Amino acid sequence: MIEIRVHGRGGQGAVVASKALAIAVANEGRYVQSFPEFGVERRGAPVYAFTRIDDKEIYVRTKIYNPDHIVVLDPTLIDAIDVTDGLKKGGWILINTTKKSSDFPDLVKDYRIATVDAYSIANKYGLGSKASPIVNTAILGGFVKISGVVSLDTLVGAIKEVVPIKPEDNAKAAREAYDSVKFEEE
Amino acid sequence: MKQVIMGNHALSYGAMISRVQVIAAYPITPQTKVVELLSEICADGRLDAEFIKVESEHSALAACCGASAVGARTFTATSAQGLALMHEMIHWAVGARLPIVLGNINRAMGPPWTIWTDQNDSLSERDTGCLQFYAQSNQEVLDTVVQAYKVSEQVLLPSMVVLDAFTLSHTSEVVDFPDQKLVDEYLPPFNPKYKLDPKEPHTFGGLTGPDGYFELRYKIEEAIQDAKGLIKETGKEFGEVFGREYGMVEKYRMDDADLVLVASSTIASTAHVAIDELREEGKKVGLLRVRVFRPFPSEEIRELLLGRKKIAIIDRNISFGHGGIFAQEVKSALFNCKDSPLLWGYVTGIGGRDVTVEDIKEIINDTMQSDKPEKDILWKGVRV
Amino acid sequence: MSKKKIIYKSARDIPLNAMSVDTMLFNKTGAWRNVRPVIDYEKCIKCMICWKFCPDISIYIEDDKPVIDYDYCKGCGICVEECPKKCISLVEEGK
Repeated sequence: MIEIRVHGRGGQGAVVASKALAIAVANEGRYVQSFPEFGVERRGAPVYAFTRIDDKEIYVRTKIYNPDHIVVLDPTLIDAIDVTDGLKKGGWILINTTKKSSDFPDLVKDYRIATVDAYSIANKYGLGSKASPIVNTAILGGFVKISGVVSLDTLVGAIKEVVPIKPEDNAKAAREAYDSVKFEEE
Repeated sequence: MKQVIMGNHALSYGAMISRVQVIAAYPITPQTKVVELLSEICADGRLDAEFIKVESEHSALAACCGASAVGARTFTATSAQGLALMHEMIHWAVGARLPIVLGNINRAMGPPWTIWTDQNDSLSERDTGCLQFYAQSNQEVLDTVVQAYKVSEQVLLPSMVVLDAFTLSHTSEVVDFPDQKLVDEYLPPFNPKYKLDPKEPHTFGGLTGPDGYFELRYKIEEAIQDAKGLIKETGKEFGEVFGREYGMVEKYRMDDADLVLVASSTIASTAHVAIDELREEGKKVGLLRVRVFRPFPSEEIRELLLGRKKIAIIDRNISFGHGGIFAQEVKSALFNCKDSPLLWGYVTGIGGRDVTVEDIKEIINDTMQSDKPEKDILWKGVRV
Repeated sequence: MSKKKIIYKSARDIPLNAMSVDTMLFNKTGAWRNVRPVIDYEKCIKCMICWKFCPDISIYIEDDKPVIDYDYCKGCGICVEECPKKCISLVEEGK
């Protein structure tokens, strides 16, 4: 079973991202659970979304304490909160940023870092506004490249199902992020 | 057809495929999405139902009672404070013999204000005569709404389909939608013998003195006892038509178990994993999930628990002044019986505190290591 | 303003009901806003209906005029809806 935590701020689409990933997993015939941090939500406040993926029915129904991988939609969260809380050693941290993995020396020690400039990709395809681009679909493309949990085509299909507007642009954003995500090969 | 949906929407879709005709509900966290989706489905024509906007939960169930009395299949949903506000009308629906299905999201009662899960809200309604089904997955929520209508409309008593706040209500998972044509065959239209009809006018529920009321209440108890057989029958038929069978309880790895854990809702779901891990250590443990709480499955409890060495019960609720409610009910079912094992009653997870695989394993291990329960209430996880 | 954080270790130490440590003086809910109401005083007839309807007591009266308290106003827009002269408009924050 794989457990994933997505970090974002309210309004950035972390929960929709988690849902799109869940639909993609389901469309490939596997089992999935997807849920937000349980509580009241507010625009701008840090939010967490969680996904469990498995080949058999998932009976565990608790919070996720030790994710295998994390995704960070908003780079300002890295300094604001401890995004690595509970993350398993060697897990992937995918960050939306223009920086490189070597720019995160503290994180590189225990985890594998991948980066993708999701803000630029979102702006290129007109997702969200210039001031607040919606990066959730783009970053999913990067995530499936590094983790391989589903195929890109399945993910794109799921994204088109779940996004409220601009399905084609969101799909292109995911594909571009898949191609442009950067990480150090082992 | 499989879709990824949250528990709240499983309730909405359950009502949709059951072809409900009247919905009256008032929003409350964490139920609001049930009603939002239902109003969308009614507006776009996927469901041909009358959606009545009301100003409170009491009015919601009152409106359902009115609609049900005319012979309409009705649905409502609520949680915690809302369910408490409906309390008078739950008694009404039972006394008036109205087969309304009510979805309740288990949310802890305030104050202090809370939106997280425990079972005190629904269990506070246990004495009303309303049937109660506790689901452990979104699939079960959807399937149970359909079965609840089938049972309720035969015994003419309302049913409550209960799911945990957040762990089911706001958690999305894969749910298989039963084929509408098959649902229509399985669940025929609601056609009560007695209803409010100007063409054949009667009054219902008028003043009844001590020389008649007792018999009417006896009939309610008869009906809810009949529900036991009907729940099993409809659950079995559901399995034959849709591939998923349901009963009053669920047995997991119980055959040779010396210690049985009794639990419900999502704690029971997580317990499957705990049982598997303990079995790998060679411990002979099993899980009995109580799915139907009213009518209480006394026969199954006796059949499956007498003769075991130890029973551990997890209650995500407490009846102040006595203890966990499932524990009380199991104990009473086993009283006066030969070979009744000792029972450890644990109270945990109150107000939504997470109950993990480790917590459940600890509960079982603590039970294995003690000779008898030290107290009526064994608190687990509370910081004292 | 105090911003104390008290950690209770046990059920024995906590008060009988959830209790705020301090008052709303330090919890400026205006920070939650996405849109802010702005009153056009040229058109305002000082009927005070907005003051009456504000669910958060975030409009006060000063010099006979209604004034919005942006420290606490959450931007719900009820004043905009209720103003009989439609002289309150909603403006996006950060613009």
